[in-house]
Amino acid sequence: MTALSALIRRDIRIALRVGGGALIGVLFFLTVVVLMPFAVGPDLALLSRLGPAILWLGALLASLLTLDRLFMADHEDGSLDLITMSRTPLELACAAKALAHWLAAGLPLIVATPVLGLLLNLDMVATGAVALTLLAGTPALTFTGMIGAALAVTLHRGGLLMAVLVLPLSIPVLIFGVAASQAVIVGPMSFGAPFSILCALSLVSLVIGPFAAAASLRHGLD
Amino acid sequence: MTLIDLANPTRFLALTTRVLPWLAAATVILLAIGLYQSALAPDDYQQGATVKIMFIHVPNAWLSMFVWGVMSIASLGTLVWRHPLADVAAKAAAPIGAAFTFLALLTGSLWGRPMWGTYWEWDARLTSVLILFLMYLGLMALWRAVEDPSRAARAAAVLTLVGAINLPIIKFSVDWWNTLHQPASVMRMGGSSLDKSFLIPLLVMAIAFTLLFVTLHLAAMRNEILRRRVRSLQMMQASRIAFSSEMGAGSRHDNASKEIGAA
Repeated sequence: MTALSALIRRDIRIALRVGGGALIGVLFFLTVVVLMPFAVGPDLALLSRLGPAILWLGALLASLLTLDRLFMADHEDGSLDLITMSRTPLELACAAKALAHWLAAGLPLIVATPVLGLLLNLDMVATGAVALTLLAGTPALTFTGMIGAALAVTLHRGGLLMAVLVLPLSIPVLIFGVAASQAVIVGPMSFGAPFSILCALSLVSLVIGPFAAAASLRHGLD
Repeated sequence: MTLIDLANPTRFLALTTRVLPWLAAATVILLAIGLYQSALAPDDYQQGATVKIMFIHVPNAWLSMFVWGVMSIASLGTLVWRHPLADVAAKAAAPIGAAFTFLALLTGSLWGRPMWGTYWEWDARLTSVLILFLMYLGLMALWRAVEDPSRAARAAAVLTLVGAINLPIIKFSVDWWNTLHQPASVMRMGGSSLDKSFLIPLLVMAIAFTLLFVTLHLAAMRNEILRRRVRSLQMMQASRIAFSSEMGAGSRHDNASKEIGAA
């Protein structure tokens, strides 16, 4: 347990201190959201209708782009080999690393959501709904993306290939995240059903992600 | 003959040499029967002659999912039992599955044009098949990205199994997202709602396409085994050339030093 909490603390500290850390992801998120009005026009009514979708897409891309550092840096300086050989199960270590990554890179995106909601003309309730669905859904993105990150580090390839592999897996999260936020804003649908499924997706990926990532690290690094 | 006996590639090659002509013949005969029957099948009272696209479309769609199942079993073979032919089977199946999925999309879109008035409709089934196609292409890109076949095999096996778990979830969520396509009509509780004059040609075509897949898959596996042998022979040859040229350089060097000594 102490080993895992030490791992989490170390990962968060590295993420916050090296190279702008968590702010880079937020900056990317902000840039994507700012680009949208240039693409669809500065129509406030349209932007507020598209708002949840834009915020979700921005968060999806931002969390994906920060993911390839999850194992890469540790692989370069050799600490990934130490983690693999240590007495802590590799699955738990992977889960701890993903949790640390989510705390350092995912949580700032959710904190930034209210500010970005203002830019997109979302009211208080809508912004709250989007932030809540992001809070429930981004763990699923991190834990599924971890599989792609593990594949990328064993293949020494990252970037586009990883995005192509991971993005189709994140479609359910996108669907239910946007559906739950739309249910609050306009929909006749209830908020509960899509939101519960979103939480379920996060829990399922919490189980599958560490096992798949550990399997690919174990088979790939030797 | 068990699965373990097939682990020997030479034995596998010998077996497939004997089996493949029969399989190919059976495929051709069944395809001919199925096509003849579907040409004779009556027109639908609503859809007219376009209903005959179904006899091509449905087997392709069925195989697009079946092939992922075959790859998942092969991936289990790679990761759990380290079966030597499992990664060959998984690698050979991916492009064939992608081709079937593409054909399902293409025929679906051609069918949708007269029925819905548009080539592409973002309805649930078309969309989930499109996502399946994207995943096939991603998997093929992963196979291509890595030089060493066994390393690529293990990465692709992990991804295939993750995809096998995720595909039903994706299917379910896309269904939630949009439902316009007609509900399932062949497999349904209380018997099929499809008329017998449509059902029999459809089943014949489904079996014919499955046989077609088995034939293509075995042939592709043979090719992959032979390709790997050629690759290892080439690498042996390359190392021998490198070795002998090193030796040659060494002996020349010796000769030169002798000459210098004689002078």
